[in-house]
Amino acid sequence: MASHLPPRPTAQQNQADAGGMAVDEHHHYGPRGLKRWLLTTNHKEIGTLYLIFSLTMFFIGGIFAMVVRAELFQPGLQLVEPEFFNQMTTMHGLIMVFGAVMPAFVGLANWMVPLQIGAPDMALPRLNNFSFWLLPVAFALLLSTLVMPGGAPNFGWTFYAPLSTTYAPPSTTFFIFSLHLAGISSILGAINIIATILNLRAPGMRMMDMPLFVWTWLITAFLLIAVMPVLAGVITMMLLDINFGTSFFNAAGGGDPVLFQHLFWFFGHPEVYIMILPAFGIVSVIIPTFARKRLFGYASMVYATASIAILSFLVWAHHMFVVGLPLVAELFFMYSTMLIAVPTGVKVFNWITTLFRGSLTFEPPMLFALAFVVLFTIGGFSGLMLAISPADFQYHDTYFVVAHFHYVLVPGAVFAIMAAVYYWLPKWTGHYPHTRLSQWHFWLSVIGVNLTFFPMHFAGLAGMPRRIPDYALQFADFNMVTSIGAFIFGASQLLFVVVVVLCVRGGEKAPAKAWDGAEDLEWTVPSPAPLHTFETPPHFEPHRH
Amino acid sequence: MTEQRTDDTRKGVRRTVARTLVALAGMFVFAFALVPLYDVFCQVTGLNGKTSNQAEALVHEDADEGRMVTMQFITRGSPGLPWALEAHTRQVRVHPGQSSEVEFTFENLGDEISVARAVPSVTPSEASLHLRKLACFCFQNQRLAPGERFEAPLVFQLTRDLPDDIQTVTLVYTLYRQDAAPSPGSGKQVQGGDA
Ligand code: HEM
Ligand SMILES: [Cu+2]
Repeated sequence: MASHLPPRPTAQQNQADAGGMAVDEHHHYGPRGLKRWLLTTNHKEIGTLYLIFSLTMFFIGGIFAMVVRAELFQPGLQLVEPEFFNQMTTMHGLIMVFGAVMPAFVGLANWMVPLQIGAPDMALPRLNNFSFWLLPVAFALLLSTLVMPGGAPNFGWTFYAPLSTTYAPPSTTFFIFSLHLAGISSILGAINIIATILNLRAPGMRMMDMPLFVWTWLITAFLLIAVMPVLAGVITMMLLDINFGTSFFNAAGGGDPVLFQHLFWFFGHPEVYIMILPAFGIVSVIIPTFARKRLFGYASMVYATASIAILSFLVWAHHMFVVGLPLVAELFFMYSTMLIAVPTGVKVFNWITTLFRGSLTFEPPMLFALAFVVLFTIGGFSGLMLAISPADFQYHDTYFVVAHFHYVLVPGAVFAIMAAVYYWLPKWTGHYPHTRLSQWHFWLSVIGVNLTFFPMHFAGLAGMPRRIPDYALQFADFNMVTSIGAFIFGASQLLFVVVVVLCVRGGEKAPAKAWDGAEDLEWTVPSPAPLHTFETPPHFEPHRH
Repeated sequence: MTEQRTDDTRKGVRRTVARTLVALAGMFVFAFALVPLYDVFCQVTGLNGKTSNQAEALVHEDADEGRMVTMQFITRGSPGLPWALEAHTRQVRVHPGQSSEVEFTFENLGDEISVARAVPSVTPSEASLHLRKLACFCFQNQRLAPGERFEAPLVFQLTRDLPDDIQTVTLVYTLYRQDAAPSPGSGKQVQGGDA
């Protein structure tokens, strides 16, 4: 496999050109050891912290998923109590969404946004430190609910009231508090990213010159600003219902549980785009690099991203087709949801057209990016099926929905994050990741992901409900395949850790411009990127778009 | 970096931060404003199947003899409340415009005094604007001693402007405890069955 890759740019070739940008690292006299990491305001160090945190959460959430899959390996109750099973599905979802995927993207933004726009750091470095350190606190608190009396949250990551209020375990108050902290962290991160992108671009770089990763993150940050306060509002109402006797969602007191779902999904649907837009950006940066062509349709990519973001506020009730919406609402949300497929299709079209007649090579980042395009599209199609409201009456709350959102989130968002890590590791560490091992990681992940999630479509269409610890016998084969796939996928992520650790410690040296076709500003600074870059703004020449 | 640029940048950053903070505060307020907006919206459109929580006056109109609508009554208990609620008649056929009366019986099967209320909900929700309750036990809490039975009438009218495509209206009463509400935090109560 490895032998088909082209020769890499040699180390001397670019490092020399880039030397001018390098800034003497030895003037960094800050604290050392633990305190250095605790107090750092450097965007690269904070980016690294975010990424390490995210990886840790990815494994913790992954272990919970393994518990779920082990229980579902066979019909019947074998390993865990149903109550604990519910805690596992809930904690898996919460940790993966708020602890793994979102912080990974924020970490990538911290590292790469300043480098891609030629800024010396984030606009608000101290705030940056604070928003990171909120996260370990939030998730330590969330994880601690597992050992509290009554157990951890058990009402699903969507925490529908009154299950999460009247009937919830006592730990719910801690869950609310931890979600508040995580939400504040995201909001602060978003403010910082917006302030950086709008104010710190290299002289001469217009908005329409920014790399797409920067663009998609800017739009994502606006989404965060718009919907995280709504999430904060909802969980505050829950807190009031639980502890102060209000009845926002309590029918007994005149409240309405359906209101909870409207509020939650008004946050929740844009939230799923928060988890995918930066992935679009990453893929739009990687594909042109390894196709050695300009991105096809740069401007349409920007507009498509913006339209997806705007439309995402008009479709929330596609999660609620079965709550008893009036006919006009069913129709409105059905068509508005299908409308989102149009800008999404534009993106897929542009990626494919960029690949068309490119000089393609299949380095690890490209492998993940290509798998993203194919597998994310499968998730998009199942989304379209779910958008057909009469069909959704059948599919809702079955494994078909689970298959849908895992296709868009795992080989979608997670693969994009991995593509980004492989793409930028040479910049971060100065070494290329081990090619052969990365390829093993890739292929095992692709096989594992498909074995895990593809059979879920069939189980769901055949009627298997989601969030159950036991199931009817006719679903046994699908579930066994799914569980085997999940174990393969889970285990192969250990390989990812091995690759990253090896790459940090050594490996083939990477030059400043580590990939032949890479064009953005980050490739003009040496590899590994010194702690301080672009203290004097670089000269930016708009040429590509 | 020149002094000029630093200054401009700093000002720009401050402006961006101020604007995002305003947007954040706005969205937080908006989230809470959605609650009354939702209630008003539902009251006007009847979309969440809620009915008025006070007695309404009879609309004097001739019964539409040519049309029959089925009115169904469903009663449900809730976990942690040992009460039974029964409709004497599960289903009545009425002409739109006509008023009818149905008896309900509450019974406390537990061994403590408790207070509860039957909360109504109408399906299809479009019918809720046309269902008028002239008398209903659901307007106030009931308090029952252990073993006590209590009969109460529902007097209602389906007005003649009930949309033509509605042939069946279902009125569900769910009993909710109103004194020591099931303490949040005893997750076990979910398992309790319906009455
Ligand atoms: C073409 C684009 C898409 C369409 C038409 C679509 C449509 C839908 C629909 C109709 C549902 C509700 C299914 C049900 O509960 O019955 C759903 C669920 C979901 N979608 Fe999508 N979707 C799309 C893309 C995405 C993307 C990009 C993501 C995230 C990256 C995503 C994440 C989710 C999640 C997490 C759920 C399930 C939430 C839950 O109930 O736990 N979807 N989607
Ligand atoms: Cu959605």
